[in-house]
Amino acid sequence: MDQIFELLAITLGAVLANNFIFSQFLGICPFLGVSKKIDTAVGMGVAVTFVMGLASAVCYVVNEFVLTRFGLEYMQTVAFILVIASLVQFIEMFLQKSMPSLYTALGVYLPLITTNCAVLGVVLLNVQNNYNFISSVVYGITGGLGFLLAIVLFASIRERLVFADYPKNWDGFPIALVTAGLMALAFMGFSGLKVW
Amino acid sequence: MNFGRQLKEGLLTQNPVLVQVLGMCSTMAITTSIANGLGMGVSVLIILTLSNIVIAAIRKLVPDKIRIAMFIVVIAGFVTCVDLCLQAFVPAIAASLGVFIPLIVVNCIILGRAEAFAYKNGVLASAVDGVCQGIGYTLVLLVMCFIRELLGAGTLNGIRLIPEQYPVGMLTLPVGGFLVLGTLIATMQWALSRSKNKEESK
Repeated sequence: MDQIFELLAITLGAVLANNFIFSQFLGICPFLGVSKKIDTAVGMGVAVTFVMGLASAVCYVVNEFVLTRFGLEYMQTVAFILVIASLVQFIEMFLQKSMPSLYTALGVYLPLITTNCAVLGVVLLNVQNNYNFISSVVYGITGGLGFLLAIVLFASIRERLVFADYPKNWDGFPIALVTAGLMALAFMGFSGLKVW
Repeated sequence: MNFGRQLKEGLLTQNPVLVQVLGMCSTMAITTSIANGLGMGVSVLIILTLSNIVIAAIRKLVPDKIRIAMFIVVIAGFVTCVDLCLQAFVPAIAASLGVFIPLIVVNCIILGRAEAFAYKNGVLASAVDGVCQGIGYTLVLLVMCFIRELLGAGTLNGIRLIPEQYPVGMLTLPVGGFLVLGTLIATMQWALSRSKNKEESK
């Protein structure tokens, strides 16, 4: 029962109260870079969710059974980034062979996920918070869902920004950042959920 | 060798944060106090310079296809060194930067400079590029810290300058990070377009 409550708390936190984008500043680069259209934003969000879940699982195993056992905790950063890079490469090859339609839909976003700090971030946070295997995977997946929610909402606002009238010097990133800032303000309303 | 031009590019016309718009996560996340910003900026400066040197030195030995993986391993090695040094010598800063120190590995500035500059240029030029871009990054961090700490908390490096009831607390929250950085980039675009117009009218 305690485990279920813990998982529920992790889910609420990762999707709303401690959203990776709006309160932890992880994964801002793809968030700003791939949010010009809703379709691509959805593709990126789904891909990131998948990789975050898988990376959490694999890195937990690597950390528990290789690094900790042999006293190599100081190699965590190097080991994790290698695991993530090879995982992304592997997923790319797998999708290309077995699900070509999904592969072409995700296109160039797949390799970009390697340098998404949300993925490395979630893995490091799992270690820092001492999560067990199930909590780690749930945190990875729900963190990804939070990213998906944020990027889709943001992309739909950005599509409408084209018609907005604002000073020329704010074109591009500045107006996007201000929009994201206002969204972060809205997401702060969820911080009351932290009591869980 | 053109040190002056590279420095100008790093600080202004090709500033990593304000013009190339790289490394946003750390820029917004840790700029809540001057000490944090300085710690982060100097760490990135050191890692960027060292990884630029090593990557420029091995650029002819690395096959094109696996270069990104090679870059990441080199960068991760230096990040681990800096992480351990910070934990040993300045534990307070290491604790407040937290997960963002290991996350320098995926900071786009370092990978971006490796790909765009160090992989194509000599060791000395790459070292200079690393220093200049690092200074540009640190400078932006410090400006953001200055604005957010002074107006958000009313202090500078922990010394109170504005009485407690006046500061805008919102600026130290995530919202402030987005708004301050957006305003800074807009200012930069305004300044660059103005100097461009001036050149054209000459």
